[in-house]
Amino acid sequence: MSAEIESAQARTQKLEGLGTRRKRVEDARFTQGKGNYIDDLKLPGMLFGDFVRSPYGHARVKSINKDAALELPGVKAVLTADDLKPLKLHWMPTLAGDVQAVLADEKVLFQGQEVAFVVAEDRYIAADAVDLVEVDYEELPALVDPTKSMAADAPVLRDDLKDKTSGAHGPRKHHNHVFTWEVGDAEGTARALRDAAVIAKERIVYQRVHPCPLETCGCVASMDKVNGHLTMWGTFQAPHAVRTVASLISGIPEHKIRIISPDIGGGFGNKVGVYPGYICSIVASIVLGVPVKWVEDRMENLQATAFARDYHMTGEIAATRDGRVTGLRCHVLADHGAFDACADPAKYPAGFFSICTGSYDIPVAHVTVDGVYTNKAPGGVAYRCSFRVTEASYFIERMIDVLARKLDIDPAEIRRRNLIRKDQFPYQSALGWEYDSGDYQTALDKALSAVGYAALRDEQRRNRDAFRRGETRKLMGIGVSFFTEIVGAGPIKNCDILGLGMFDSCEIRVHPTGSAIARLGTISQGQGHATTFAQILASEIGIPAANITVEEGDTDTAPYGLGTYGSRSTPVAGAATAMAGRKIRAKAQMIAAYLLEVHDDDLEWDVDRFRVKGAPERSKTMTELAFAAYNNVPPGMEPGLEAVSYYDPPNMTYPFGAYVCVVDIDVDTGVTEIRRFYALDDCGTRINPMIIEGQVHGGLTEALAIAMGQEMEYDEYGNLKNASLLDFFLPTAVETPNWETDYTTTPSPHHPIGAKGVGESPNVGGVSAISNAVNDAFAHLGLTHTQMPHDHWRVWKTAQRLGLTAA
Amino acid sequence: MAKMHIALRVNNRQVETLAEPRILLIHLLREELGITGPHIGCDTSHCGACTVDMNGRSVKSCTVFAAQAHGAEIITIEGLASADGSLHPLQEAFREHHGLQCGFCTPGMITRAYRLLQEIPNPSEAEIRHGIAGNLCRCTGYQTIVRAIRAAAERLNMPKEAAE
Repeated sequence: MSAEIESAQARTQKLEGLGTRRKRVEDARFTQGKGNYIDDLKLPGMLFGDFVRSPYGHARVKSINKDAALELPGVKAVLTADDLKPLKLHWMPTLAGDVQAVLADEKVLFQGQEVAFVVAEDRYIAADAVDLVEVDYEELPALVDPTKSMAADAPVLRDDLKDKTSGAHGPRKHHNHVFTWEVGDAEGTARALRDAAVIAKERIVYQRVHPCPLETCGCVASMDKVNGHLTMWGTFQAPHAVRTVASLISGIPEHKIRIISPDIGGGFGNKVGVYPGYICSIVASIVLGVPVKWVEDRMENLQATAFARDYHMTGEIAATRDGRVTGLRCHVLADHGAFDACADPAKYPAGFFSICTGSYDIPVAHVTVDGVYTNKAPGGVAYRCSFRVTEASYFIERMIDVLARKLDIDPAEIRRRNLIRKDQFPYQSALGWEYDSGDYQTALDKALSAVGYAALRDEQRRNRDAFRRGETRKLMGIGVSFFTEIVGAGPIKNCDILGLGMFDSCEIRVHPTGSAIARLGTISQGQGHATTFAQILASEIGIPAANITVEEGDTDTAPYGLGTYGSRSTPVAGAATAMAGRKIRAKAQMIAAYLLEVHDDDLEWDVDRFRVKGAPERSKTMTELAFAAYNNVPPGMEPGLEAVSYYDPPNMTYPFGAYVCVVDIDVDTGVTEIRRFYALDDCGTRINPMIIEGQVHGGLTEALAIAMGQEMEYDEYGNLKNASLLDFFLPTAVETPNWETDYTTTPSPHHPIGAKGVGESPNVGGVSAISNAVNDAFAHLGLTHTQMPHDHWRVWKTAQRLGLTAA
Repeated sequence: MAKMHIALRVNNRQVETLAEPRILLIHLLREELGITGPHIGCDTSHCGACTVDMNGRSVKSCTVFAAQAHGAEIITIEGLASADGSLHPLQEAFREHHGLQCGFCTPGMITRAYRLLQEIPNPSEAEIRHGIAGNLCRCTGYQTIVRAIRAAAERLNMPKEAAE
C-alpha cells in the first residue's frame, strides 16, 4: 500500500462520511436534559388551552353554557364553534381533501371530539374550567362497525355531506361512503382466479392502532399584533406544509407565518396532520394578544389525534399446484373514522396499498378499496410505514402463508418460487409500480442460512411429536416474511399533498474557514438527521461531518420541503443534500482550476481536495477553496460558496428485507415468547450502520406491539375502552426481545448516493413475521389464519378452539 | 386555593416556593423551577418519562404532589453531571451505545438507571430489563439502552485508578 493511499484513507476516516458508525451529535443535549420540546417552551404572558371533549361517540349538541367557566378566576376565554363561525374557522380542510370540524358544529361524531376550547392562566385552572362548561347533548345511535357503515339503514354521520354525491376521490355511493379506489385488471384477475388450479381465500383484518409517540402533540401560537406576524412552535412532522395550510385557513399571508418544530419526542405519523388544537391556539392568541400553549394529554392523544390502519381486507390468491401465484385480488374496507384525515398523497386515497403484490412476480392483480365513515376518531396515518404499506405487506405475507398451507408447501419455499428475480429489475408490477432494484434470492438465502432454517423446521417437527405425546405443553412457530417497501414519496408527477409536490430540499452555505451549515425541508423526530445528513455531505464535499451543522424545522430559514414521514427523508431530502453538495463541489472545482491555472477537466476529486491529473502534488483542499470563494474567484464568477437543491425524485425507492421469527407458545396460558428474531434489511447504501440498527430495533419493537397486543377497542356506543397506557399496549424492556440485525446492499439506481431509507421497513416486515410465526405454531392443526393482535388471551382462545387446552 | 410553603433540595440546591396543595411535583419542577429535563408522557405513571430521584428512590414525579416533596432531596437528569461538568458514566454510555433516539424518555430512563445501579451495582441483563420496566421507550427497542446501562455499570465498578 502506498503512503499516498494510506493518507487518502486517513483523510476519508476524518470526514466521518458515508458508512461510518458516527456517534450522534444530538445526544449531548438529550442525555443532559437540555432537549427543547414543545412543552418546555415558556413565553412571557403565555396562557394554556384545554379542550372540552365529547363523552359520546355520536350526539347532537343542543346547547353549550360557558358562563360558569368564564366566571372562574384565571379563565380568559372559552371558544365554541359559534365563536369561530364569523372567522370561518369552525371547519378546516384535512390533508385528504375532506373537512373536519375544528370545534363541534351542532354534532359530535366521535368520543373525545373537540367541543370547546378553554384558555386560562395555567393548566390547572384550564382543567377546572373544562369541567365547568355545560354541554347538553342528545345522544344518537353510534356507528362503530365499518362493515355496517354502508347498510341502507345506517345512521347519517356527516350531515354536512348528506347530499353530496361526490367527494375528493370520486363518486360517493352512500351517505357514509368516503371513496372507492380501484387499481389493476379486474377482468384479467377474474380470469386468473377462474382458471386457477388452486385458490386460497382469507379475510385479514389489520386492527386500528395508534402511533403513540412518547411525547404527545402540542403547540404554542404567538400572534404579534403589532406587525401581524404569527409564530407557531409545535410538534410538526411537516412544518412547511403546516405554514401553507395555516395561511390558507387563517388568511394570514404566508410570509407572515413562521412555523418552528423544536425537538420532537417521536412522531411515527401521529404528528403529520393539522389538528383542532393548532387552529384554536392560533385563534386564541389572535383574540387575546398573548401566546397560547396547547399540549394534549395521553388520553386525548389516544382518543383524538391520528390513529393508524383499520383495514379490513379480503383476499383471493390464484396459483398453480406447485405454488406459482397466477393472480391476486383484494378488497379493502377502510375505516376512516368521522373525518377523512389520513395524510396520503392526493391521488392515492388508499396510499400505496397497491404495493400489495409484495416481493412476488404476480402477473395480474386487482384491488378495490372502499373508505367509510364511522363514529371514531379521524386519522389513518402512515404509522411508521409509507402510506398503507404495512397493511399491504401484512396482507400479501399472510396470503402467501395461507396459500402455502393449502398446498402443503413450506412458507420459505413458496416465497422462493415466486420472488421477483434479480434479472427482472427494474420490475414493472401488475399494479403499476416500477421497483427500482433488488436481489431478493440472495437476501432470502442469507436469512434462511443465518437462522438455520432447515434445522428449525426439524426441531419444530420434533416439538410437535413431543406435544402429541404429552411431553410438552409448548408449541413452536416459525414465521417468515419477505417484504418490499415503497418509500420516498415522491415524484411530483404523481405525488402531492394539497397540491404541494412532494419534493424536498437542502440549502448549503460553506463558511470562509471551511465549515458549513446545511438546512433541510425535513425534520428529525429521533432519526438523527443532524448526524446522518452531515455524513452525506461530508462524503460529497470533503468537509468533516463534525464541521457541518444541520438545521431543520424553522420555516423562516429552511428551504421549503414536505417534511419527514413515509421514510422520505433519506430518499428525497438526502438526495437533495447530495445534489446541493455536488453544486458546491462544481463551483469549488472552477475556483481550484483558476488557482492552479489548469482547465477544469484537468482536475480530479480526491476525498477532500482537487488535484491536477498527473501532478498529484498540485492540489487545493476544500478548506483552501472555501476561503478563496470569498476573496479570489475567477473573473466573472460570483463570490461565496452556497447551493440549494430542490429534488424531485424520478421514482420511489424500494427497500426490502427477509425476516424470520421463532416463537414458543404455552397453550395453557397463551403466553407467546419470541425466542429469536432475525431481520435482514436491504436499504441500499448504508449511511450510518449504528443508526440503521437502532431504527430496525425500534421498528421491530413497534411491530411487536402491533402484532402482540395493540388494538384500539371501541364498544357499541363508541367508547374507546383502552385510552390510557394502562390498557393500550406499549412493550416494556421485559417483553421486548433482543433483535438480530443483518443486511445486504443493493443500491437504488436512481438515488444520487443509492440510499433507499430504512426507518419503517422493520415495522412493515416485522408485523407479518411475528403474525406468521404465531399462525405457524398451529398450522399442523389446520389453522390458516387468526386475527391480530396475538395477545395471550387471543392465543389461548385459539388453542382452546383447536382443542388443545385442558377442558 | 391557599398555597403551601414547600422547601426542598433539588440537584444540590435549596429551593423554597409557594404552591397549591394539588400541584404535582413534575409541574413544580418544570413550570416553577425551570427544570425541564423530566418530561410528561402519560399523566398516569406508566411511561416513566417524569422519573426523578427522591430521597434515594426513583419516583414518577407526575404522581407525587409537590407538597409530598417538602423537605426532600431531589435529583433530576440536570443533577447527574459532576460539579466540574464531566458527565455521569450513564450519560456517556447512552451516547456511546446509541441508547436514545428522540430523547424524550432519556432523562427519565437515565435517572432511573442511576438509582438502579445503586440498588444493584452489577446487574444482569434480566435485572436491568426488570429494573427499567417502568420506563417506556418508543424508539430504541431497549436493546441499546440495556447495553448502555451494562457498560456504565462496568465503568462504575472499575477500581478508581483503572477508570482514570
